Formats: sequence, structure tokens, C-alpha cells
Amino acid sequence: MAITKIWVLAEAVEGNVATITLELLAKARELAGTVEAVHGGDATGIAATLGAHGATAVHATGDLSGALVGVSLAAALHDAIAAGNGPDAIFFGTTQDGRDTAGRLSAKLDAPVITNIVDLVERDGALVGVEPVFGGVQNVLTRFTSDKTKLFLIRPKSFAAEESGGAAASVSALAVPDLGSTGGAKIVNQHVEERSGPQLDEAAIVVSGGRGLGDAEKYAMVEELAKLLKAAPGASRAIVDAGWVPYSYQVGQTGKVVKPTVYIACGISGATQHLVGMKGSKNIIAINKDPEAPIFSVADLGIVGDVHKVLPQLIEALESR
Amino acid sequence: MRFCRPSVGWARIVGMNVVVCVKQIPDPAEPGSLDPSTNTLKRDGKLILDESDSYGVEMALQLVDANGGGEVTLISMAPRGETAGLRTALAMGAAKAVLVSDDALKGSDALGTSKVLAKAIGRAGDYDLVLTATESSDGYTGTVPEQLAELLGLPSVTFAKSIVVDGTTAKVDRQTEAGYDEVEVPLPAVVSVTAGVVEPRYPSFKGIMAAKSKPVDQVTVADLGLDVGAVGWAGAGQEIVEVVTAEAREAGDIVEDDGEGYARIVSFLSDLKVI
Repeated sequence: MAITKIWVLAEAVEGNVATITLELLAKARELAGTVEAVHGGDATGIAATLGAHGATAVHATGDLSGALVGVSLAAALHDAIAAGNGPDAIFFGTTQDGRDTAGRLSAKLDAPVITNIVDLVERDGALVGVEPVFGGVQNVLTRFTSDKTKLFLIRPKSFAAEESGGAAASVSALAVPDLGSTGGAKIVNQHVEERSGPQLDEAAIVVSGGRGLGDAEKYAMVEELAKLLKAAPGASRAIVDAGWVPYSYQVGQTGKVVKPTVYIACGISGATQHLVGMKGSKNIIAINKDPEAPIFSVADLGIVGDVHKVLPQLIEALESR
Repeated sequence: MRFCRPSVGWARIVGMNVVVCVKQIPDPAEPGSLDPSTNTLKRDGKLILDESDSYGVEMALQLVDANGGGEVTLISMAPRGETAGLRTALAMGAAKAVLVSDDALKGSDALGTSKVLAKAIGRAGDYDLVLTATESSDGYTGTVPEQLAELLGLPSVTFAKSIVVDGTTAKVDRQTEAGYDEVEVPLPAVVSVTAGVVEPRYPSFKGIMAAKSKPVDQVTVADLGLDVGAVGWAGAGQEIVEVVTAEAREAGDIVEDDGEGYARIVSFLSDLKVI
């Protein structure tokens, strides 16, 4: 069965369409004639950008007054699909709300989700998801065997965003039914954690630190180097879990997927969960004292040495340039 | 929070019961591989408690302590009656476990797993809260918490950084792309816990000894009243078409630091014209 209509989950960050949404729209346009967006919230402010990237319509729930996106949007999508207005496939970004919505909808439709997708290809008329495993050593190609709506959870930075020059998407209402016992959660307050300097997932250079730094104070070296290179500081999950830096610094399977021009890994061994988030970087530099560390398998330049010696020397050399 | 009416006096809080879903996975320190006949992850070696789940276990133990007692019950699905990971969590302080183990579960996807966990939770007794990790460290689909909540007909909050229970409501700080949201949810509810938000305790010697005799209720798919067609390969609704070796990155220049390692980095950056 050919794919003719795809819905893309539209997410907004502080009123702007999220980059992941634009990436998914670009891929959806390549695969289907009809591409529309779905949004949990008020879509009037994002319809122009969605249209410029190829969505002809956006089906939106309107303001959710504190209800969570996942459970609300999933119920609305379920009803739209049950009424016969659904698409062949829905693309969700691997984000908090993307996972929530896809998971809820999956159980409502009794339809599986193909997850952790980095590419989509057509095989014998079917849409097949490509999922890297073991840190990207192998790719698993998976297809759906039922004729239910095909739900794909797709990782950020898998596709390049591209404008289509389309007019603003028409906004139509997507009714959220009574959520009954499932709808009790309410957002009562929102907090934004300030981050200075370039955005981690958009910076041209990322400097990340890991457990090899030894202790939390040594992360200052990573920040200093990042500042000198106008780079974004990042971190492995190990030091985020240890509380050295906030979650917003995390690069990896959970956390941010980054693809900068240069990625500098300082004292990071390269667990699968980290490699997945950075191996798409154009150039990778790694400093680690263990020559067997997996990070060296993806490094273009690897320095087998002590970060406590190499980093201060590097910082000094860059300062004196 | 459950209220009961003693023979004299008025309703009083008797504590809370927390269910924690835990996965027993192949040791992530060992290189993983796919079973060539099924293309699924090999799970024939020893299985251990997924580290991601140790945070939920710790969170549950702390909540029970903070709310006047109660029990932490573990729910797990694993091949061959595996209990090694469950014993770790029981040694941390969980009271009991329900383990679903059945050959018919081979090949189950996240939705099939959620169906099994939802039914198994039905055997755990009264509960106020169900905790999960945000994702497992071997399959990392990250969809189970919401699938489970929907199957149980419960509200949910995912990516929790902290949970405080106040009467019949949980106050949850939920991680977002921009920071975090304060969310209030009536109990019972499903909450997924972000890794690293609490420090999982090490089992004491006494805890390890006690864990050996704690009850593990081992059940099959039939015991749960589930149709075998809804789980395992048959229920997955998806199939692996092919497994291909990914294009390897070209081998890089790996050098021992002789005191001039930093200079190699400077010239590499300079060649790229980023400095």
C-alpha cells in the first residue's frame, strides 16, 4: 500500500516551531503527496512556518489549559482516525511530548510504534524504518505487518529541514474528547533553565566532558575551552547522573543529538548511549587516557593522554593565539 | 494514598504502596549482539537489573518512607524465570515481586510488553503509584510508560526529576526541553523517573540475605489471562526486514600524548579554519 498522507507532530519551543518538526516535514514531503501537521495547543502562531515547510494544514487542539500534550493529543488523534480522517503514517520526533503522544496513541489504537528511527526508506511499497543498534555498528530495518496507522518515532537531526515555499497551513480544530480517569495531570507552573552561549544542538563546535575529568570542579576546563572556541559545552550521561551539570547539557541517546562541525570529547569513554548522540559530527576529537576507549573508534583525531594535562595546555595555546 | 477506617476513631492514612516496573537486561558492559535467527537482542547470558530502573526503585523506597510506610512491589518480564536483577532490587528494600516468564513472550515489542506489565500489576494488590524508568538501557523505545498508563486507564507524568506525595496527589517536576514543569496528578498514576535524580542505595549484607527469602510470584501468559496471540512475535505487528552493517567511519589518527598532544589539536582545528 502506497503512502499518500502523512501527519507530522508539530512542536513549538517558546512560540517557534521546533527544528525536529521542520526536519520531519522535509522527509514527509519526500515520501507522500499530502503532508499535514498535528499540534497539541494553539497553532495560529506557527501555521505560517509549518506552511513554509510544506504542511498544507495543521490540525490543532487549541489551548490545553494546563493538560499534558501527550494524553490530550493522543485522544484527539485517536478519534480523528476512528472517524476515518486519519493518515497512513504519523511521524513523531523523539522528544518528551513525541514519546508521550506516540505511546498513548499506540495503546489506544492497539498499533505498535517503530522507534529510534534515523532514516525511512520504501521497500516494496511499504515504509521501512532504519534503526541503528549497538551505537550504530548495525542498522535494523523494520516494517509494520498490520494495516493500522503507522507510528514512527524519529530521532532529531536525521533529516535536513528544507523550506517548500508553501503558504501558511490552514488551521483546523482537532477535538479533544473527555479524558476521563486518564486526564488528571495538570501543569501548574513552568520553569525555563537559562543556558548561556550557543545552543548545544545548533553550535558549530561542541566541547563535552565525561567521568574522566575526575571531579565536578574540573568541568570548568571544558567550559573554558568551549568559551575560547565559541562552542557549546556538553556532557556525557555519567556526569549528568552524578549531578556535575544539568540535564540540558547531556549529549546522547537521552539528551541532545548533536552534529556539529567539530566535537571534542574530553574524558569520555564513549558508551553506546553517548556515541548515538554525537557520531554524526563532521569531525571528532577525543582525549582519553584509555587507548581501548570506544570513543577512539569514531575519532578523527584521538589523543591518548590525561585530560588534566592536555586541556590546560590546549587552553593556554588557544589563549595565546 | 489509601484510607481505612479502624474500628474506633476516624479515617487515617496507612501509608502508600508503590509498584515499580523493572527490566532485567544483558550486562551493558558486555558487547551486545543480535540473535542471527530472530534478529532480536541476545538475552541468553546472565541478566542484571537495568541501572535505569534502580532510580525508580530508590524513589519508591523513599516515597514509602516519607509517607508512613507501605510496600514496594516489583514487576518484571524476563526469560527463563530470571530473578538475578529482581534480587538486587529486593535487596535494596522492595518487599516482593511479580515475574512474568514465558516462551510465548519471545519477540514481544513495547506494546506487547506493556500489556503483560499491565496485567501483572493487577496481581500486585492495591497500589497508589506505578513507577517506571523513562526508557530501558537495551531497547530504549521509551514508549512503555504511556502505553502502560493507557492500558491501566491512569493519568501519567513522564520524565520526573522529583516526586512529592501530598495526600491523594503527587507533585512531579517534569523535565522539558526548556527546563521543567511542575505537574500535579491525582493518584493512582504512572510516573516515569529520569535517571540520576536520586542516589540508588547499595544493598546491605542484611538486605541481600533478606532478599533471598522475599516472595517472587512467577506467572505465565495464561496465568495473566492474556491471549498468546496478543504478545510475543504474533502480537508485535512489526517485523525486521533486514539487518545491515552500518558504514564505518574512516579510521582516525590516534596518537599517544607525548606532551605535544595539545599542539596536534590546535593544528587540526586550524586546518578546519575554526580557529
